[in-house]
Parts: sequence; structure tokens; C-alpha cells
Amino acid sequence: MARMKFICDAERCIECNGCVTACKNENDVPWGVNRRRVVTLNDGVPGEKSISVACMHCSDAPCMAVCPVNCFYRTDEGVVLHDKDVCIGCGYCSYACPFGAPQFPSKGQFGVRGKMDKCTFCAGGPEKHGSQAEFEKYGRNRLAEGKLPACAEMCSTKALLAGDGDMVADIFRQRVVMRGKGAEVWGWGTAYGTNKNAKPEGTRS
Amino acid sequence: MKLQLLMGALALGLLGGCGEKPQNLAEGGGSRGSPAYQGTGVAAFTAPGWKAGDETSWVHELRARGQWGQNEYTRITPR
Repeated sequence: MARMKFICDAERCIECNGCVTACKNENDVPWGVNRRRVVTLNDGVPGEKSISVACMHCSDAPCMAVCPVNCFYRTDEGVVLHDKDVCIGCGYCSYACPFGAPQFPSKGQFGVRGKMDKCTFCAGGPEKHGSQAEFEKYGRNRLAEGKLPACAEMCSTKALLAGDGDMVADIFRQRVVMRGKGAEVWGWGTAYGTNKNAKPEGTRS
Repeated sequence: MKLQLLMGALALGLLGGCGEKPQNLAEGGGSRGSPAYQGTGVAAFTAPGWKAGDETSWVHELRARGQWGQNEYTRITPR
């Protein structure tokens, strides 16, 4: 297996927010935290584009680099996870992340910032797979159940692709070849390499 | 002699600062917890078609699930 990646196909996303709902439901995400959100560019203008954004599980994750307590780790599948027992909620990762993935639940009258919460690629955390402790802290561990992230599996137009990087890139490349446009993969270059690498070969946009 | 030893120790210390941490895929903070292919042990939620603990079958299951779930071009006849 290469490594797990997300691709959002802006030509297909219809801003239904099904991925956001699926994520919140599957992982029992608390109020005020959205691990995934849909961003629309040029909203209301003909030709507007929407993309679903969450943690991209970057190859060289800036959040890992800036964390002062080293709470982040990367699994063998390339999923960037964090240990909430180590996190001190400093917020450095949220400043470093280009996708605005780290979220902080705020509680109480003064909005005291809690421990960081972010997309886990539905891969849970360091606790025992499928345990109650893992679910309460990180949500479902669908990867260990042999499933892909709920957001991608629930996407009605299959705009959001998740899974092995080679596989999702192949699916996207085939789509671009068939429709003859829309080869831009927003966020792909930032997360996994240069923009040059982001564009599948032999396509026109 | 003492000065040479002192200078040597100082040079080693300074060179140590130039070291680089390993940046392999599975490193950087260290992987924690067991691998995903070990499964959850909860049969009710586990997808059929693979065996917990068998990495190859887990990889194949995820690839197959990704293809038939996300790629409609595998289900239609190309024009």
C-alpha cells in the first residue's frame, strides 16, 4: 500500500455538505467542531466551485513540525494522527496548518480551549482499536474495520475520493480524461508535493 | 593535551547539533498503537472479505472497496 490520501473533485462537488454530516455523525463530533467543511469559491457567481476540506494528512505535515509536545504521529498508511493525552491545546498546529484542519472545542463562559480535534481519516487514535476510549476521544476507527472514511463513502456524487493514493489518483485521472477538463486538484500540491506533480499527465483543463 | 581533548569534545558537541532526525514515512513522533490491519475485534462492524491480522487481505479489501465504491467507470461501458 502506498499511502492514504484525499482528493476532492471540484467539478463534482455540489456543496450538499453530506460529507460534513457523515463525519459529525460517524465520529460523534461535538458542537462547535467541524472536522470537515465545504468551501465554495466565487459563491453565487456562475461557475462557482466547491471543495470539501479537512486534514489532508500531508506528506510533510507542518502541524507535526510545530507541535511543542510531539503529540502527532504518522501511521504506516501515512495517516497523521495525534494523541489527545499528550496535546496541551496550545494551538500552534492550527496556525501552521494550510487547510485549517485543527479544531478546538471551547467550553465554559470564557471559551477555554480544549484539546485539539481533527480528521483522523476515520483511523481512530493510539488507543485499542474499536475501544470505547478510542471512540470517545477520536471517533470511529473505520480503517481497522476494513472501510474507508465515512465522508468519502457517503459522498453522493463521489466528488470526495479517499483511499490509497495511487488508486484515487487513477480514478481522478480517468475522470479527467473522460470529461476532458477539470484536472485541478486543489490542495493536492500543498499537501503531497508540488503543483506540477498534482496535475495528472495527458490531460487538459 | 587537555586543550585538544576539550576542543575535540566541543567540536563533537557542535556537530551533534547539525544532526537530522529521520523523516521516514512511519517516523516523526513514532507510530503509536497497533496497525489498522489488526482489526477492531468487533465482528458486527467489520467489513466482510478480509481477515484481521492479514495485511495483504486488508489492503486488497480497501482497494476493492475504493474501486467499486468510488469509480463508476468500472461499472459502465466506455463510449
